[in-house]
Order: sequence, then C-alpha cells, then structure tokens
Amino acid sequence: MVPKRHSLDAVIVGAGVVGAACAYYAGRSGLRVAVVDRGPVAGGTTGAGEGNLLVSDKEAGPELDLALLSTRLWRDLAHVLPPEIEYEPKGGLVVAPDEAALTALRAFAEEQRKAGVRAREIAPDRLYDLEPHLAPGLAGGFLYPQDAQVQPAQAAAQLLRAARQFGAEVHLDQEVKDVLTGPDGRVRGVRTPQGDLLAPAVVNAAGTWGGEVAALAGTSLPVLPRRGFVLVTEPLPRLVRHKVYAADYIADVASGSAALQSSAVVEGTAAGPVLIGATRERVGFDRALSTEALRRLAAQAAALFPVLTGVRAIRTYHGFRPYLPDHLPAIGPDPRVPGLLHACGHEGAGIGLAPATGLLLASALRGERTALDLRPFRPDRFAGEEHDGEYERGAGR
Amino acid sequence: MPTSPSEPSDLAVVGAGPAGLAAAVAAADLGLSVTVLDAGERPGGQFYRHPAPGLGAARPEALHHDWEAFATRASRLEAHRRAGRVTHLAAHHVWTVVRDAATGEWLLHAVASGPGGEERPAAVRARAVLLATGAYERQLPFPGWTLPGVVGAGGAQAMLKSGLVLPGQRVVVAGSGPLLLAVAASLAAAGATVPAVVEASAYTSYARELPALVRNPGKLGEGALYGGGLLRHRVRLLTRHAVTAAHGTGRVEAVTVSRLDRDWRPVPGSERRVPCDALAVGHGLVPQLELATGLGCATRRTADDTLALELDAAQRTSVPGIWAAGETGGIGGAQLALTEGELAAAAIAYELHGTRRPRGIAALVRRRARLRRFAGAMAAAHRPGDGWTGWLDDATLVCRCEEVPAGRIREAVAELGAYDARSVKLLTRAGMGWCQGRMCGQAVACLAGGAPAEDRRPLSCPVELGHLAQLPPSAS
Amino acid sequence: MTKVYESEDGSAASRPDPDRPSRKAVSLRGASSPAALVRATPGPAFDLTFDGRTITALPGQSIAAALWAAGILSWRTTRAGGEPRGAFCGIGACYDCLATVNGRPNQRACLVAARPGDAITTQEGTGHADLAV
Repeated sequence: MVPKRHSLDAVIVGAGVVGAACAYYAGRSGLRVAVVDRGPVAGGTTGAGEGNLLVSDKEAGPELDLALLSTRLWRDLAHVLPPEIEYEPKGGLVVAPDEAALTALRAFAEEQRKAGVRAREIAPDRLYDLEPHLAPGLAGGFLYPQDAQVQPAQAAAQLLRAARQFGAEVHLDQEVKDVLTGPDGRVRGVRTPQGDLLAPAVVNAAGTWGGEVAALAGTSLPVLPRRGFVLVTEPLPRLVRHKVYAADYIADVASGSAALQSSAVVEGTAAGPVLIGATRERVGFDRALSTEALRRLAAQAAALFPVLTGVRAIRTYHGFRPYLPDHLPAIGPDPRVPGLLHACGHEGAGIGLAPATGLLLASALRGERTALDLRPFRPDRFAGEEHDGEYERGAGR
Repeated sequence: MPTSPSEPSDLAVVGAGPAGLAAAVAAADLGLSVTVLDAGERPGGQFYRHPAPGLGAARPEALHHDWEAFATRASRLEAHRRAGRVTHLAAHHVWTVVRDAATGEWLLHAVASGPGGEERPAAVRARAVLLATGAYERQLPFPGWTLPGVVGAGGAQAMLKSGLVLPGQRVVVAGSGPLLLAVAASLAAAGATVPAVVEASAYTSYARELPALVRNPGKLGEGALYGGGLLRHRVRLLTRHAVTAAHGTGRVEAVTVSRLDRDWRPVPGSERRVPCDALAVGHGLVPQLELATGLGCATRRTADDTLALELDAAQRTSVPGIWAAGETGGIGGAQLALTEGELAAAAIAYELHGTRRPRGIAALVRRRARLRRFAGAMAAAHRPGDGWTGWLDDATLVCRCEEVPAGRIREAVAELGAYDARSVKLLTRAGMGWCQGRMCGQAVACLAGGAPAEDRRPLSCPVELGHLAQLPPSAS
Repeated sequence: MTKVYESEDGSAASRPDPDRPSRKAVSLRGASSPAALVRATPGPAFDLTFDGRTITALPGQSIAAALWAAGILSWRTTRAGGEPRGAFCGIGACYDCLATVNGRPNQRACLVAARPGDAITTQEGTGHADLAV
C-alpha cells in the first residue's frame, strides 16, 4: 500500500486563476496535485477582475516576457477549454490625446517590438475605422493585436475542471490553517480543519493573501493589496470592439504610488455590458465605495467614448490586486523553505499571466528547466528589505 | 453644479414608507431638521401606495388597512414641509451613502427622476441617516414564471393601488405569506375573479406560534378582515399547495397547482390545471439592504432565511450614525414600521441634541417587542421548504434579466466549484443584470446550497455615466 | 398528468367556470372595477400610442398601468431568447417592464407616468441597437 504522504506531488493553495493554471499544467505534466481554497473557485481577486490578457501595457522586461508566453498559451487553451471562457483575441487600442503622448507611446512601442510585441501605429483618421464611437480630436494610437480577453471566473473554473480530468483534487471551502514542515525544515503538506493534505511541495497561489500563506510556512512575502474599482454598464450591443485606453494608463500600471490612479480601459463584453476599469490605489483592504474612483472612471470613459455619457452604470465591483514592491510576481521555489513554491503577486495582470505562471511552476515542481528564466521572480528577492506598514494580515477580503 | 449639496440636515431619512414617514414626522416634531429622500412620487411606500391625484379616488382607503395611520402622518409631513422643518425629495432614489471623511457627515447620492423619466443627479448631506428602505418580494421560480401575465403578488397589489388596474380578470394568487390574503382580497374587491389562493405553508403551523398570535389581536383582526373578504368573494384557500408551472403562449392561460409535502416537494399525481389569465405570485418579502451593507452594517439571518439588519434597542445599526427602521430590520408589517420609525426618531433626537425622550416611548417599546415576536412567528411559519427547487426543470430561467436557466446554475455548483450565490453569479451571470439579483438572489442562494447572500449592490440603482462624471471631485 | 380543476368538496359554487362570467365579481357592493372600488372620478382620459396603435390612459396612471388597462401585458423582448416581458414586480425593482418611451429606451414603465401623446414602443433587447458598430 502506498503511504498517504506520497499520494500527492503538490498541494496548491488558492483556487483563483493562478492556482487553477498551476493545477492544470502540473496535472497535464503527470503530477498529482490537490487545490485547496478557503472559498469557492475564483472567490478572491480573480472574481473581481476584468479578464485582461494584455501585452500592450507592459514595458520590455521580464513581465512582458511572461505576458508574451501567456498570450500563446491562452490561444492554445482557447482550443481546449469550452467556449464559456469567452476567449476573445480582440486586440488592444492605445490612443494618444496629443502629440506629446503619441511621441512617448511611439518610443514605448518601439521597445516592446524589440521584445516580440506586435504594435501597429494607427493614423488619427483611421482610428475611427477601428472604433467608430471614439471621441474626435485624438492625435493617434497603436493597435496591439495580441491583446485579448477572457471571462475570468469561467477561465479559472474551466482550468480547474480540466485539471480534475488530469487527476487533480479540488478542496473548496477549506481554509489552510498551517503549512506543515518536517524536522528537516522541509514542507510536508498543509493542515485544514477537514484534515491534512500531505505532499512534498506546497504552492502558494493565494494571491493577495499570499503573504499570510508565506507566514504560515515560516517565511515572508511582502504582498500588498492595491484596490481597483471596475464600472459595469447596462447591456449594450457591441459598440466598443477592442480594449481601448489612453496612453497614460501605462504610467499608472507601473506606478508604486499610494494615491488613487485611474486611467480607464474601456471594452465591450460578449454578454453586453461595457466594462470600465480600473482604478488603482493603496488603501489596504478597505471595502468602502469610493465615489471618487467612480467619478474618474466615468469621466475618462466618457472622454474616450462620448456616447457612453448617457449610458447607465448598473453595477460596480472592486478587487484587491496583489502586488509586490517591484511590481513583478513571485514565481518558483523559495530557497528559504525547501518544498515551498510561490505563484502570486501578479497585481492586476493575474488573469493574463496565469498560464505562463502555471507552466513555469509545473516545470519547477518537476525539477525541469523552465521556459523562462525565473530569477527576476525569485520569491526571496525582498529578504531583509523594509516595507511600509500597509500589509494587513488577516484583514477580510 | 447640479450635485452641490446644501447645508446638512440633522437627519436624512431614506424611504417614505410607514417607517420613514413616521420617523420623519416624529423627528421634526422633536425639532430636528429632516430631509426625506424617497424613490416614490408620493409618500406611503409600497404599503400605503395610492392613486395619483389625477385619478380622483374618493375612497383610497378601500384598498388599505389602517389608512388613517398614513393619512394623519402624511398631513403632518406636509405641515412640517410648509414650516421648513422637512424637505421632501420625492422621486429621488438614493444610490449610495458615504461618509465624508473631512466633516464626518453623511453624503447621500441620489438619482432624481423627472416626469418623463429623465434623470438628474442630486446629493444631500446629513449628520445622521435613517434607512427605511423597505423590502421587495421574494420570488421562487417555476416553469413559465416569465410568461406575461405572471406578476408578483405585491406587484399586482401595487399596480392596483396606484394605477387602479388589474393584470387580468381571473387571477390565481399563489406563493406564501400573509400578503397573499391581502392581495386576493383586494383583487376580488376590485372586480377580479380569484379562483384560488394557493399557499405553500400550512396555516396549522400557526398553532405552534399561538402565544405570539394571541398577543396581537390587531393582527388577527387584519387577518379576519381579509379572511372575511375572501369568504364573501368565495375565494378558495388551498394550503400546502403551490403553482408549479404556468402555461400559455405569449401570456399565461393556465397554471398547474400541485400539493406539497412537508418540505415543499410537489406530490406526484396531485397536479391539477387551473385556467386563468393572470397569476399573482410571491413568497414573502426580502429586506432591501444594499445601502446598509454597503456601509458595512451587520446583518442577521431571519427565521424565513432572509437577511435583516442587526439593530439595537435604539434602532441603531452596527455603524455609528446609521439607524434603520421597518422592514430593513426584518419583515414585520406597517404597524411595526410605524412604531420603529417613531422610536428611531426619539433615539436620534436624543443622540444629536440630547432631546428628552417623548412621552409614550415605553408603550412603543412594548408594542415593538410584541410585533417583532409576531413577525418572527410568521416568518417561521412561511419559511420556504427546501424541496421547492423540485419545481425547477433545468430549462427554467432563474435569472430573468440575464436569462440564466436552472441547469446552468446546477452545473456551476456540481462541476465548476461554486457553492454560494456570489460564485454562481460570477460563473453564470445570474444576478448580474438590471435588477442586480433582486428577483433571483434568494433562489440562486438556495440552488447554490448556501445561506442567503448579503446584498452587494454598490449602486442601488442605475446611474448615468455622465452623472457619475459630474460628481464633485474629492481628494482620495 | 394534469387534470382539469376540481374542487375538493365538490361544491359547484367554488368551481370556476372559464366560459361564464363569475357572478361574484359583479355582485359585490358595486365594486365591478378598481375605479368603482375607490369611487374614482378621474380627470379626462388622453391618448398615447403603443407600437403605433392608439390607447387611452387616465391622468396619474403609469405607462404600465395604461398598457394593462388596454389589455397589453408585454412590451419588451429579451436579449437572448427574444421572449416577451412586461410588468412583474410593479414597484421598479425588477426592471422587466423596460420600454422605449418617445425614443428613450430602458424606461421602467411601472414608474414613469403616462403623458398625452407618448409614443411607447416595444423594446427589443438592449434597446440600443442604433449604437451597434
């Protein structure tokens, strides 16, 4: 009889899109994994996302490499997973309100092209062929055909369902209370009120709550929440074809500022509503509605698409994007705790970056060479650094 | 600037139904400056909904129980309004309440509707807020419930009270709860034929709650009034039965009535077909809480599986500065709402101005306790049995707005890892449409196998983006 | 499977007859209609149109009430299934009664007052087909 401790190769903590992608790729590679989450599938930041699969907003560097790999993987997944994931390779359109912004955008796109991004400059008069409802007077823009979209909760759920077909176990509504380690300091599983799940590896895919899981394992990961609001309109026919945003969005994404930042990304959805997102602000786990966030999103969306002025918002939601101080995720083994791996801290890009993260993690679990260099994502890269006190353990979600 | 709020009021009352109306009048009596924001054109809420003046109704009280309680307060409200003590903002739907960090005051944002349906933004500042947002009807779906002619029981009542119209001539009344008898009596009195009142609960279960019933002679009188009306109209009351399907092409032409077992499972072979041209259906009321839950007010689970606000003896919510009265604290009817509104007003006046408690408070406190006990007993008697989901085939739409059938919800639970209303919503869109889950939320929570979900509607009603864009900028 | 309605006690009085107008509806204290019940003496009726057809409304009635009074129960079709819908909750909470009023879509017919000359049209889907690109 096989002892229970050997029945699993890894326990993945978190049933968001990143945990689901880790389970999918690990399962596909023949590993036997269990996914455990204190909530339902996509119950945290995934369920509060917009489903952006973007390369356009990323400057050349490790995150862009991750995004480009993910772009290819999502295209493959779209053939494997059911249509409910609403994969739509619609492309992104970044518009510049004036010449100065256009010049900056050109330089930004040139660097991206060198890294493998496809970007095509669109003359001002041609913008309206792509998006007939765009505001007049824009200086120009860039089309990024690799940008795409999925429905985030479905994407996570269908990845997890597919993972189950590879033998993955899924334990929902079970909170990990402890990460178990042996006398040698090696990870040997997790403890939940329903029992222990034993495995020689534990993957921390707990997103915004990844710092808590790291702490349970006796180490640290300075994941901080960055709140983002999304506005949702009444159902509409398709009136926005691409993901459309103004060039200043890129500066917001890269910023570490605590202040409220906003630059509306406007897009239609298969279901009808237009999504307008998202703001970014560091306010801990504050769940109160920010009317200022709504004001900015609405004003910016209406500035891009004046037709939206008379359209009604019917709901809004917010999520807490998990970010690390250098705005790169933590992916791979944690050298401080043997057997502990991390796959969290993707900020607002987790849906997009999930497949690449899952693929890299599966290779790492198998001890194989990874498709990308994991060094920029080393989980221990912040060790010894001081961080501001925003990280709130145990604050609700 | 369309949204620049004027001087803060002492008290903003959201809702001008029995609770809000009573509170506004009592608070103004005690010297507070009061602003009432109400989604309706005229005060009264759903309970005291009445025809517009243009319809020239000489006896609106024919459609109401205890009209006098409303009429006296409505005229006092008008007197306070003329004296400048009360501002009454009719047709103002408050979409959020936020605290202004700089002043500690509350800021209420509203959509104000004009006569042709055009909208403009409005905002009000206040030192204290009373949420008297009432309730909406609980619906449990069944095959055919989206057919035209199938209307909410409360909806039929509301259309009758305000517009003096009926959905049809032969109207089956079905569902559960004491409202059904009132609706059937009104419809019959207004000329409709009511072939049957189909009640899923057994009224014999009231026997268990006898002490509470005996302590409420007024309520019994109300029931007898309806009962007498029904007798006069020869309306049959079928208990432990439910409408389990509606039939018709383009509109309802008949319904299937089935006998239920103790868990509300339809008994096979008990089905009978009842011809009708309308069905008025509802399963009690659900407190409308999104403004409160958006502020973080604590909730409790009621005996009939809805959520209500957790309130203290002074009608305070768990959030300092926010009070609530009436159905928001648990469905209890108009008398309880009137009582709680007056108690809340006294408590707020004491807290803001140190105003001495008015005479008669002790009697109000006793009455509240008595009516709350009664409400609890009624809720327990009409709690939906778990077997009701047996009415649903997989093709039956559960979410009317997004047209999500029961089968998709069951799949999300069985296959996709959803086990609560929120995760079902994320996976199926049930509850994401115009009504924001008001019609399907209770049903979805049942199908997900979970507890009732706390309302998450940061926008209590739709708001034009242009109006959001015009909100006064604030530092964040 | 289902059978035609039969009263359990077999009394003829409680058995509805679809082909014969019920006596009780007319026998009661003159309340043959809602207006009679409240002794309404409405202001003069006025005309409006529904999908081009003229109907009359009374002052103070909502658009939904005017449509019901004209025997019309549906004035919207759904986005996905194209199903007919009309007033359901009657209090502005369900948004099922959305109509296009004088060219403006998504008006809750149960809340918006009918006005002389209003042109009500059946709203198809989102009501915003004109914005599609």
